[in-house]
Amino acid sequence: MAEHPGPPGPFAPERTGLLARAGWAARCWWLISGMWVRSMLTYRASFALSLAANVLVTFLDFAVLLLMFSHTHRLAGWTLPETAFLYGTSSVALGAANVLVGSVGGLGERVRAGSLDTMLIRPAPALAQLAAERFSLRRIGRVLQAGAVLAWSLTALDVHWTWDRVLMVPALLLCGTLIFCALFVGCSCVQFWWGEAAEMQNAVTYGGGTILQYPPTVFARELVAGTVFGIPLAFVNWLPALHVLDRPDPLGLPAGFRFAAPLAAALCLLAAGLAWRAGLRAYRSTGS
Amino acid sequence: MRGGVYLAVAGGAFRRYSTYRAATFAGLVTNTVFGAILASTMLALWHARPGLGGYDAAQAVTYIWISQALLVTVAVWGGGFQDDLQARFRSGDIAIDLYRPVDFQGWWLATDLGRAAYQLLSRGALPMLAGALMFDLALPADPLVWAEFLLAAAFAVLVSFALRFLVTLTGFWLHESEGVRAAMTVVSMFFSGMLLPLALFPGALGELARVLPFSAMVQLPTDVLLRRRTGTGLLGLYAFQLAWAAALLALGRVGQALAVRRVVVQGG
Repeated sequence: MAEHPGPPGPFAPERTGLLARAGWAARCWWLISGMWVRSMLTYRASFALSLAANVLVTFLDFAVLLLMFSHTHRLAGWTLPETAFLYGTSSVALGAANVLVGSVGGLGERVRAGSLDTMLIRPAPALAQLAAERFSLRRIGRVLQAGAVLAWSLTALDVHWTWDRVLMVPALLLCGTLIFCALFVGCSCVQFWWGEAAEMQNAVTYGGGTILQYPPTVFARELVAGTVFGIPLAFVNWLPALHVLDRPDPLGLPAGFRFAAPLAAALCLLAAGLAWRAGLRAYRSTGS
Repeated sequence: MRGGVYLAVAGGAFRRYSTYRAATFAGLVTNTVFGAILASTMLALWHARPGLGGYDAAQAVTYIWISQALLVTVAVWGGGFQDDLQARFRSGDIAIDLYRPVDFQGWWLATDLGRAAYQLLSRGALPMLAGALMFDLALPADPLVWAEFLLAAAFAVLVSFALRFLVTLTGFWLHESEGVRAAMTVVSMFFSGMLLPLALFPGALGELARVLPFSAMVQLPTDVLLRRRTGTGLLGLYAFQLAWAAALLALGRVGQALAVRRVVVQGG
């Protein structure tokens, strides 16, 4: 941050190198989202109510799990603390990604209205501007709620904690967040060509998050295989969780897959970056 | 005369939503994905506890697909006319609406019925068709049951409209009803039976869920299609839906009358 003093403006120096450009994008994101937070805090009562509602609405998923486990001790062979571990890790990663870049889903609206142009001519990366657009602080509700469930599951789990298992948990959350960030950005790129398809992104991100809240044994094998080799969701928590919880793999994959989340995250980010560049190149303004 | 106006408004809303074809397709993909996920979890639960809540496994899976079909049709999440009306609060256009020679509540109800009809045909019927291809569904063959279901679904939209209308009216006082709306979403998702059949709710929570208006939105229409309520039971079900619709719509009228007196027009 220190190497970029002064306000962002047309005189911001040309930045070269991946790290410097990423730093600049992060700073733009920070400034813009800060602006939105201040504007939303104008309606304080409404903000407080919507944050509380956000915590509650995300808690509903978990309430459903609790209701299901009130009728059975094991769901597809998994106990409640084990399922809560999946729920917590999936939701923390999805929630954090939603806070960071969730607003990119609004891309289609800007493509339709032609207002993406104003972002492209500003001296800040368009992706950073879009990700911070209408930044919604109440989205941290999901992270808080899921974090609480995860913390509870860690105390309730019957796991022999070795150092590699302990380290696996924060690594899993980090890689999971990055994979979901890549999915948010990558899927929103569809809207460069198909402006109204915002909901398609929801099917992958929120749908994916919901799949990962349940044990893989709940689903048909084809679907589980699809989440490993198709959309690499399984690397968010299913595969690392098999190592943490010391469970056999329903797909019988080599053990190395359980540690491959960083590689999967890097590939996802690369793919999302390429999709974004291809989308920007294909973008044609409506001229309005 | 009057009825003709509302019919035209409803038809306009139907056509308006039907022009967003890409959005409809994306939305029905989402409904199908969520339907498949939730149906799989239901199968896992019913595998462990066959016959839970009086449903067999096929009925439990069918429940999920019917509720997915109702989600957008009945606007359990909120939305529909609510988004338009909220935008008009922000822009100040609300003042124009209040001086139209057409009834304010009736106008928006007509648009919402047109929207719901389109959503039922697109985001209701098509995901259910996809669900029937992926899972064994326990759907009735008798067309009369389907007609009974459509009536229950129409009443469900009435109740949902009346609730969303009340939430939007708070905009007259709060200027920003986003928070109230979010709170309503939580309550209606939970108590409508959208997340789980209400029969699985324990004790007093289940009793409470059954008497609240939200059960009229999802649980009761699915009861009709799964033939859990027939004959006189069916009449009682419709009466419950209509009673709540009438009470909530009347409350909306009162709120509207109070609101008009203290309308603050923002913007200009």
